[in-house]
Amino acid sequence: MPKNKIFINGILAGVLALMVLAGPACAKKGDSLQVKGSDTMVNLVQSWAEEFMKKNSDSFIAVTGGGSGTGFAALINGTCDVAMSSRQIKAQEVGLAAKKGVTPKEFKVALDGLAVVVNKDNPVSGLTLDQLAHIFTGKITNWKEVGGRDAKIVILSREVNSGTHVYFKEHVLLKGDTKSTAEFSPEALLLSSSQAIADEIIQNQDAIGYYGMGYIGKDHKALSIAKDASSGYVYPTVDDVLSGRYPISRPLFIYTQGEPASDVKNFLDFILSNDGQAIVARIDFVPIKK
Amino acid sequence: MYDSKRLKELIVEVMIKISGVASIFIVAMIFLFLLKEGIFLFKTYKPLDFLFGKSWYPISEPAEFGILPLILGSILVTLGAAVISVPLGIAAAIYIAEIAPPRLKEILKSGVELLAAIPSVVLGFIGMVTVVPWIKSTFHVSTGLTALAGSVILAFMAMPTIVSIAEDALHSVPKIYKEGAYALGATHWQTIYRVVLPAASSGIMAAVMLGIGRVVGETMAVMMVTGNSPSMPRGILYPVRTLTATVAAEMGETVQGSDHYFSLFAIGIVLFLITFAINMTADLFLHRKR
Repeated sequence: MPKNKIFINGILAGVLALMVLAGPACAKKGDSLQVKGSDTMVNLVQSWAEEFMKKNSDSFIAVTGGGSGTGFAALINGTCDVAMSSRQIKAQEVGLAAKKGVTPKEFKVALDGLAVVVNKDNPVSGLTLDQLAHIFTGKITNWKEVGGRDAKIVILSREVNSGTHVYFKEHVLLKGDTKSTAEFSPEALLLSSSQAIADEIIQNQDAIGYYGMGYIGKDHKALSIAKDASSGYVYPTVDDVLSGRYPISRPLFIYTQGEPASDVKNFLDFILSNDGQAIVARIDFVPIKK
Repeated sequence: MYDSKRLKELIVEVMIKISGVASIFIVAMIFLFLLKEGIFLFKTYKPLDFLFGKSWYPISEPAEFGILPLILGSILVTLGAAVISVPLGIAAAIYIAEIAPPRLKEILKSGVELLAAIPSVVLGFIGMVTVVPWIKSTFHVSTGLTALAGSVILAFMAMPTIVSIAEDALHSVPKIYKEGAYALGATHWQTIYRVVLPAASSGIMAAVMLGIGRVVGETMAVMMVTGNSPSMPRGILYPVRTLTATVAAEMGETVQGSDHYFSLFAIGIVLFLITFAINMTADLFLHRKR
C-alpha cells in the first residue's frame, strides 16, 4: 500500500507541474502582436488594428480588454507586446516592471472628453466643477440646490476598476490635489459599464452619471460644464475638448516594452498618422491633432 | 497472465483513486492559493479593521478595506432571496412530489431543471429591464437598483436547487408512513403536513442550505441589479454591494501585488469560508437523515 501512495503522489505532482508549466507557455502566440488593456479603448484599438492589417496583410494584431491594470500586468509579465491604458502608469507598476527588466514607454494616442449626463427631462443644463464635485461627494443631495426640481440626486459612477472612474475622481472630486481626501459618496451606485450608466440615465429622471462623449445618445442630455462660476459653460464637443476649453477630458495611452521596434513601431506610426487619427474621430474619440 | 491482469487492475484502481481525490485536492489547492495571496493584506492592515471596517475605498490614499458593508450586503440579498424562494420552492416540491398527476409531474420537473439552465447573465439582464423599473415605480424609490432586485433574481436561481432536492427528499419518504396516516383517517393534506413533511425535514433543510449556498456565491446577476454602492445597507429598498460583485468588478484594474489586489483575495477567503460553512451545514442535515 505505501508504494501505491507514492505512485499516486507522483502522478499528482506530474499533473500539477504540467498545469503550472502550461499556463504561461500558451499565453504568447507566434508572430502576432498582442494588445491588451483598457476597456474604454478596445473599440478604438480594434479599429486601428483592422485598418492596419488591411494595409499589412502579413501582420496579425489581437486586441483584448480586461482593464488598464490588466494591460500593465500583461506587459510586465511579457504576455503582451502593447498595453492600452486610459490612465498613466502608476509608480508601483513602474517599480514592478523594473524588477522584471521591463521599461514601459508611453505614447499619447487620443483624447477622450468625459461627458456628464442627465435624463433628458432634467431642467438643469449646466454645472460648475465645484457643484459637480459636491454632487458626487454627496454634499449636494437634492436637485433643487443646483436649480433643478425638488428630488433626491441619484449618483451613477463606474466601478473602481475603470480608468474613467479614477480619472473622474482625480480631476473632478480631488481637482488634481493629491492631498485632498474627497471620496465618492458611499451612496453612489457603481455600475459595471458605460452602457449600464446610459441605460439607467434613460430610465431615471433624477440620475446623474458620466462617460466618454462617444456614448452620448439622443435620449441623454450632456451637461455644459464651467471651470468656475465666472467662466462660461462649455458643452463637450470635439473642438472644445481639443482646445482644452471643455474642462473634463483625458488622454488615452499606448505603452510599449522599451523602444518600439518592427511591427510594434509600424503599428504606432500608423496610429499617429493622419489616417490613424481619422479613425479616432470616426469612433467618437478626440484626435490628438487635426 | 496473472501478473498483467493484476497490473491492469492496479492501473484502473489508481486512475479511479486519482479522480476521487482530485476534487478534494483542487479545493485544497484553491484554498491554499487564496490564503497565500490574501494573507499579505494583513501585513499592513489589521484583520479586525478588514472584517468590521465600515468603509470600502480601495483606491484612495490611504486606502480603506472595511468589508462590513459588503458582508451585510451579501447577507441582506441572500436573506431576501431565501424569504422568496424557500416557501415557493418547498410548496412547488410538495406539489410535484405529492399532488401533481404523473404526466404534469414530469413536465414540471423538466421545467424546473430548465430554470437551472438559464445563464445568470441572462437572468441579470432580464432583471435589469423588468424587475428594476418595476421596483422603482412600485415602491417610489429613487432608483430600482436595490437589494430587493438582487433578491428577486437570486430567488429564481435558488429555486431549481431547492425544488429538486426537496422533491427528492419528499419522494424518498417510505410509503408505509403515508399508508399508516391514511389508515388512521387523516386527509391528504393532513398526511402531507403532519407526516411526510416532518419525515423529510432534514432533506428539505439540506435543500434550503444548498439553495442559499448557490445564492451567496452568485456574482454576475447580482452585480447587474443591486447598484453596487458600498454604503452600510439600510434596508431592502436601498442599493447594496455584495462580496462577489466587489471581487468581480475590481479584479480587472488593480495593480498586481498591491494591497487592493491582496484584499480581493482576502474577500475570496471570506466567501470561501461562508460557502464552506453553508455546505457543511447542508451535509450535516443530509447525514442526519440516513
